[in-house]
Amino acid sequence: MLKRIDPRRDLVSADDAVSVAPVAQPTPLGKRLKLEGLKRSFGPRKVLDGLSLDVPAGQFVAIVGRSGVGKSTLMRLVVGLDQPEEGRVVIDGEPVKGLQSSVRLLFQDARLLPWHSVLSNVGIARTPGWREAAIEALSDVGLADRLNEWPAVLSGGQRQRVALARVLVGRPSVLLLDEPFGALDAMTRVEMHGLLERLWLQRKFTTLLITHDVAEAVALADRVIVIKDGRLTFDIDVAAERPRHRADPHLAALQDKILAEV
Amino acid sequence: MSRISRGESFVDRLTPWLLPVSVLVLWEICTRVGLIEQRVLPAPSQVAVAFWENAKSGALAHHVMVSFNRAIVGLAIGGSIGFILGVLNGVSRPAEKLFDSGLQMLRNVPHLAIIPMVILWFGIDETAKIFLVAVGTMFPIYLNTFHGIRTVDRGLVEMAKVNGLGRFAIFWRVVLPGAMPSVLVGLRYALGIMWLTLIVAETISASSGIGYMTMNAREFLQTDVVVLGILVYALLGKAADFATKLIEHRVLAWHPAYHASGSVSA
Repeated sequence: MLKRIDPRRDLVSADDAVSVAPVAQPTPLGKRLKLEGLKRSFGPRKVLDGLSLDVPAGQFVAIVGRSGVGKSTLMRLVVGLDQPEEGRVVIDGEPVKGLQSSVRLLFQDARLLPWHSVLSNVGIARTPGWREAAIEALSDVGLADRLNEWPAVLSGGQRQRVALARVLVGRPSVLLLDEPFGALDAMTRVEMHGLLERLWLQRKFTTLLITHDVAEAVALADRVIVIKDGRLTFDIDVAAERPRHRADPHLAALQDKILAEV
Repeated sequence: MSRISRGESFVDRLTPWLLPVSVLVLWEICTRVGLIEQRVLPAPSQVAVAFWENAKSGALAHHVMVSFNRAIVGLAIGGSIGFILGVLNGVSRPAEKLFDSGLQMLRNVPHLAIIPMVILWFGIDETAKIFLVAVGTMFPIYLNTFHGIRTVDRGLVEMAKVNGLGRFAIFWRVVLPGAMPSVLVGLRYALGIMWLTLIVAETISASSGIGYMTMNAREFLQTDVVVLGILVYALLGKAADFATKLIEHRVLAWHPAYHASGSVSA
């Protein structure tokens, strides 16, 4: 078991790595995401107060902030589940409104339909050829052998991997991750980090990851931003090479710096 | 069903029968030695004889079929109406505003209280009984369908939206399956009410059916036939319950309470 948490390897786990089929490098999916002066309040409380952010195509951005600063609200605005009172979301130069097929959101809980098999959950959108796409996505997350099972029998980490596969089937240009690993145990988290990083390196979708774990943010992201009082208050690039080492003193210093801003 | 009984020993399977069988034996002894008068309660063996005679003459099968028919047709009509109204009001707030309070008022009228009206409207023929069963079974199914749809996990609906499902797909693949456990609870309630209604309706006014059979036997002090009728009702109720259990196992196969293996069988 020990070798599984070796941070130097791009890991899911040794056996999962074997089951992943060597695929040709897919074309980068990412699109430029621009948020312009987003405002949203609930009653008298201003949750987002003119938040702006420009994310180049394929960049991995981690968003850090205390609970209740509007990180999840931001995600809901970007994915189109909610509308901003002011401001707009622009993807590749096009202002968008409502739900977008190019934007996918991974929730904190897996939200699998208990009455569908794993395969059926991954292919939930039932787009033409969904079965093949779902099988491929499941093997990408190392669950090709579980596709006929009920979600109820999976572990928390496996459920989240199924949810990740479901998101991948949609071939998103923009992937939003709303604390997707928050409820997982430490070891499973590290596995999921490796998996997410590998998938992102393959496909280069533009990624926004919400987390309150600063270590997670600097381990995965190209850039870390801090939200406070509904605005972007801190924005820093993480220059470290990949694969990153958890013990890297540069990352540790960066972590301290970010923590001071949160 | 084999999955459920697997692993149970012979003794385990025998235990539930222990009490009913001893009651029967005790009952037989009490009537044989004259502790219980036959006019009050016939011996189990007499009931068995009555069963045999009625079965041989075909009278029993005829009455059972008639009652069964009324029950099923009434349930089909009442259940469908209840289900459709439940879905409609569950999905649409305007529909709920329009129908729900009216339905709640109707629901609070004991449906057996309208028997005199029903007899006036339909006489004592089949329509009256089917109508009563339909009215009785409609409400539990309505209430539970409505409740089931309203309590579907909002997170799942949101997930479906984000993954590009349309309203129709969300209804069929998320809302309806999510409401199913509750709908089936409604069905089980409805089955209980179905038999109850039928017994009362057939006892009051009928020229066939198990209720008629027992009332007719009462005229001639045939207590054995009366008890036989009661037993048939019990068996039919049990059969209905068994049928819903089968449906539950099939429809709710995904539910952790109903599957042992974890794999989706085709």
